[in-house]
Amino acid sequence: MKYLPALLVMMTSSAAPALAQSSLPPARYADRQLQDPAQEAEAKKLMETLRCLVCQGQSIADSDADMAGDMRALVRQRIAAGEEPEAIRQWLVERYGAWVSYDPPVEPVTWPLWAAPLILLAGGLWLARGRFRRKTR
Amino acid sequence: MKRFILWLPLAIFVIFAVTVAISLRTPADTRIHSRMIGKTLPDFALQPATSSHPGLSSADLKSGEPRLLNVFASWCLPCAVESPQLIALKQRGIPIDAIAIRDRPEDVAAFLAKYGDPFARIGSDPETEVQFALGSSGVPETFVVDGQGVIRYQHIGDIRPENLPELVAAYEDAR
Repeated sequence: MKYLPALLVMMTSSAAPALAQSSLPPARYADRQLQDPAQEAEAKKLMETLRCLVCQGQSIADSDADMAGDMRALVRQRIAAGEEPEAIRQWLVERYGAWVSYDPPVEPVTWPLWAAPLILLAGGLWLARGRFRRKTR
Repeated sequence: MKRFILWLPLAIFVIFAVTVAISLRTPADTRIHSRMIGKTLPDFALQPATSSHPGLSSADLKSGEPRLLNVFASWCLPCAVESPQLIALKQRGIPIDAIAIRDRPEDVAAFLAKYGDPFARIGSDPETEVQFALGSSGVPETFVVDGQGVIRYQHIGDIRPENLPELVAAYEDAR
């Protein structure tokens, strides 16, 4: 028990992050909501569909990375300035590709993604049709 | 025909298993390439990142000769690892400007004192805005910008000694 305080200090101080993070505080609008609730709701909706660039499985709304915070700040500032959410998404897509958006557009690379459910459903119906025909015979 | 149909599910399964096995063995490429290559630099004007160097604006990169633009941070370990390579590029006569991401002047100064200083200008990007405008997604990254301010090449991650020839070639191509 005598060493408990020392142990606690060690446990809390030696938790050096594997990936370095900046020592600057988060951007002003990284974690602060916009004054106007309607604008904040718009910003939040957009943030949930933008992918974090460093933690690639998370949306910027979910991520604690510095870069995600800066992206949230970018989204909020632009929404506050009156920019349309889709224009902000487009601005990012122009820089990082459709990859950055969790709302993939229909384009040659992604059409199988959109068509696959329909093709599978059609295939299933075709198979089922064979089954029914046999039964009635 | 009927026999072929019977084997089809197994064939599909084998194709699936082989595809999974191959993709598990080859590490995924998680780098995000900027779509800004071939486009003109976005307009920006950044304050000096530290008192020893002037700040950086997009106009500084339209100087008529190609330049390297290094995106770095003092808190980024690979940025320290690549510094000998940047110094080697500078010694070849290649001018290098930099953008310091989310950094403090004293930290930038300490970084330059410790790892060497290959930079002509260093702009400070405290909220990563210019980095986003460049389509850059991490530190370090190095861009080749030609004399008209068009982004010609992007190197993602630290520059290793074996990467020097490609960077020099990209710089020569931008002339």
